[in-house]
Amino acid sequence: MNITRVGSFAAISVAAALVLSACATNETPAEEAPSALAGTLVGAGSSAVGAAQEVWIAEFQTANPEVTVTYDPTGSGAGRETFLGGGSDFAGTDRAFNDEEVAAGGFASCAEGSGIVQLPLYISPIAVIFNLEGIDELNMSADVIAGIFAETITNWNDPAIAALNEGVELPDLAITPVHRSDDSGTTDNFTDYLAQAAPSVWTYEADGVWPLESGEAAQGTSGVVDAVTNGTGTIGYADASRAGDLGTVAVQIGDEFVPFSPEAAAAVVDASPFIEGRPDFDLSIELDRTPDSAAYPIVLVAYLVGCETYLDSAQAELVKAYFTYMASEAGQAASAAGAGSAPISATLFERVTAAIDVIS
Amino acid sequence: MTATDPKVRTVAPQGKPKQRLGDIVFSRTSLISGSAILAILAAVAIFLVGQSVPAFVADPEEFIGSPASFWDYVWPLVFGTLWSASLALLMALPLAVGIALFISHYAPRRLAQLLGYIVDLLAAVPSVVFGLWGIGVLAPAVLPAYTWLTENLGWIPLFAPPVSGTGRTILTASIVLGVMILPVMTAICREIFIQTPVLHEEAALALGATRWEMITMAVLPFGRPGIISGAMLGLGRALGETMAVAMVLSATGIITINLVSSANPSTIAANIALSFPEAYGVNVNLLIATGLILFLITLVVNSIARYIVNRRKDFSGAN
Amino acid sequence: MTATMQPAITNSLTQGQLHARTPWVTLGLGLTAAAGIVALITSATGSEFSLVGAIALGALFYLVAIVVISRLVEGQRKATDRFVTALVSGAFLIAMAPLVSLLFTVVVNGSARFDVEFFSSSMRNVVGEGGGAAHAIVGTLLMTGTAAIISIPIGLFTAIYLVEYGRGPLARAITFFVDVMTGIPSIVAGLFAFALFAIFFGPGVRMGFAGAIALAVLMIPVVVRSCEEMLRVVPNELREASFALGVPKWLTILNVVLPTSAAGIATGIMLAIARVIGETAPLLIVAGFTASMNYNLFADRMQSLPVFVFTSYANQGVDTQAYLDRAWAGALTLILIVMVLNLAARLIARAFAPKLGR
Repeated sequence: MNITRVGSFAAISVAAALVLSACATNETPAEEAPSALAGTLVGAGSSAVGAAQEVWIAEFQTANPEVTVTYDPTGSGAGRETFLGGGSDFAGTDRAFNDEEVAAGGFASCAEGSGIVQLPLYISPIAVIFNLEGIDELNMSADVIAGIFAETITNWNDPAIAALNEGVELPDLAITPVHRSDDSGTTDNFTDYLAQAAPSVWTYEADGVWPLESGEAAQGTSGVVDAVTNGTGTIGYADASRAGDLGTVAVQIGDEFVPFSPEAAAAVVDASPFIEGRPDFDLSIELDRTPDSAAYPIVLVAYLVGCETYLDSAQAELVKAYFTYMASEAGQAASAAGAGSAPISATLFERVTAAIDVIS
Repeated sequence: MTATDPKVRTVAPQGKPKQRLGDIVFSRTSLISGSAILAILAAVAIFLVGQSVPAFVADPEEFIGSPASFWDYVWPLVFGTLWSASLALLMALPLAVGIALFISHYAPRRLAQLLGYIVDLLAAVPSVVFGLWGIGVLAPAVLPAYTWLTENLGWIPLFAPPVSGTGRTILTASIVLGVMILPVMTAICREIFIQTPVLHEEAALALGATRWEMITMAVLPFGRPGIISGAMLGLGRALGETMAVAMVLSATGIITINLVSSANPSTIAANIALSFPEAYGVNVNLLIATGLILFLITLVVNSIARYIVNRRKDFSGAN
Repeated sequence: MTATMQPAITNSLTQGQLHARTPWVTLGLGLTAAAGIVALITSATGSEFSLVGAIALGALFYLVAIVVISRLVEGQRKATDRFVTALVSGAFLIAMAPLVSLLFTVVVNGSARFDVEFFSSSMRNVVGEGGGAAHAIVGTLLMTGTAAIISIPIGLFTAIYLVEYGRGPLARAITFFVDVMTGIPSIVAGLFAFALFAIFFGPGVRMGFAGAIALAVLMIPVVVRSCEEMLRVVPNELREASFALGVPKWLTILNVVLPTSAAGIATGIMLAIARVIGETAPLLIVAGFTASMNYNLFADRMQSLPVFVFTSYANQGVDTQAYLDRAWAGALTLILIVMVLNLAARLIARAFAPKLGR
């Protein structure tokens, strides 16, 4: 009897598979292949880059129908680990491999003794979002933001907030700060900003895990956005592309208040120096969160990491083509439209192109 | 000669009955299946223990958040796991028995079948969907109740203010867990209640018992192992549930029995899901070690349940 | 005068019993009264009319009224019975509320994208609107089907062993460790399958079969537990009657025990499938996810519906609504798949089950 049942399950599954196998209408191969590239490219890493990768992969695969690119947004740590172990051809990560890791080497996909190429191809502003009825934008200084998230400022009508927002009627409402409950690059960059820009209020170090044991915690960018949207008097930080209809904070730089924008985010990256002592094709950036000019300092920079020399030259060609596409104006414009990132500047583009040429 | 050997004839009836081929094949297959389970479990256990060892011997300074010791890291998670699962079971068990009784003994037959069917279907709702529902529907809906509780019953430590601003507290997570384990528990209870011997029920009714007295006399004693079995399956799922808790709970890693505030203990499974993607080095071992502890907790809980069931074996038909 | 003073004719069987309609009338009165009171409070305080509050209050009124009335007319025992009946029905209604709310949410949100394209396309080269879950549906069916093919025979035979053959330490050990196995957190099963396959295929391994193994680890104990429970309640008289007729043990199990418990076993197996078909965490680790169709269980990443739902939610692009719509449609599809499987299992079980008197 059990045999019959197993059989029936199998039959149903097979029947369903057969019915469906005729489909996937969007996967019918194009008549003529416009490109000679073929193969499978596997990447893994930061979930922050996930949305941008989705756009890039779609456009790249359309241009090269014989190529399949997959990207697992498993997280930066896992992405670096997978790349190190040879499980992927390239990695996406919220922090570049540091000096120790680069020196240790042993990247399994790369040829013996090969270095790695680290390119800051994804620059994304992190918005500070809040949910207050009738208020779309608030001005805040770094100290105020730090105070709110460190829970020394606990009410929306606090004089510190009111002083920066004349003419805005702030409600008498408790502030519920929402932070990420998972280990994330967004938290790392946000706390790095607080630690650099408001060291007197924010006495914690930059870390991917939220350092306080209070406040509201939510999983992932979507979780934070949902918690802020569904709560009352909530404030949180999330990828700017997801801010939607929520209120956003303009950050004080000098005497100005800078709301987030792709240009302002790209500006802060340009104002920051590269980490010293790295080869030319390792473009790791030391972000300067306290710029002098009007730039938006809360940004996340994600790196695409590949080998200098691959074990397999066919694979190198694929990686090179994909990286070139991502860095190109079309690629950056696509991720700006599809994932709300900030296109890299012309100066950075030149450095990146030079670095990609190294890949072989 | 062709006549049968008299020796054989006299020995045969005294020896063991002839083993039929079908019997041998059948019993061997069963035995091998049973042993396969032990083998799989041994493999899982070896994997868990092997991967956990580095976490026990490592310097706690290397762990995420630099806790004072391994147990310092694990204890709040253990507390959160047990606390949320027991809250969920506390809410779901009476309801599950109630629904099962309603379907098996109260509702009209036709309606009962339909209801049972709907409940079965709900067991298939993926935990992600429970998570979405918990954030989007349940949390905002219970927030006014939580506010009322802190304002009026705030002197009870369970409801001490300040209230959460979003309703995503451990109580909400437990309600979601409770709803998630309801279908499994209900289905098992229902099946066992339906199996109650009709003779027992009719005997009770014939003696003039009311329906409730019949249930307490005939149905519940008979169904007790089933209820406990169902509760254990439910508890196992509640203890190990990952995605829904990770999405709904606002976990900050403290130990508190407060049910309605923003700061809540996390659970082991949710913590693994939240931290695993970004974990590296010894932190991976640390997370697997917490998985091992979850495993051990379930082992203890199940042993207790099994002990209770075994004490009342006499109602089982096969013994 | 005295001749006309005849006592009213009483029916001794219905005396001391409430009329069949009395509870319903009481319930109606209780609800009306509660609605009135809530409406009064509403108009006094200016707050919104609370339907939930009115129903809860009405239920409370009914509970008190029916117990008091029954106590007066029928006596203590009947009153207790009425009380419990109200309580059980109440428990049912309370429990159905979140379940119905959940189902309603899924159906309403899921129907937005429940169209032909959703079942005919994958997500390959799709950004924003459009696209579908054909690849995820195929992946879910293949992986869950494989897991079922692995775990149903093992689980069912183990249950048979435990109930029909198993005596002594081995049976006790299996019973105990099956309990232990029910407690394996799904994410640990995923990690285990990943570690196992990484030994043979290297650390970057992602394949549908590994996902099926992880699911089977989760599924086996549920199958054993529920089948064991169902086999145990088969009355011993049936087995003994079969043995007395000279039927061998294995045929007795096959033709008497299993058919008698067929409905229960089918429910158990359906529950087990339902339990694993919605698993997200282990598949995310070992089967990965992809936007393209993949029919091969033994190579490359394979998408599944729960992972599809999760990734659609977690990695929303700029056009948030399109991703959320797809996520809900995926959840709805999953529930429908289980519904179809459930129906099939019930029909099969009915075909095998003996005709009983109830």
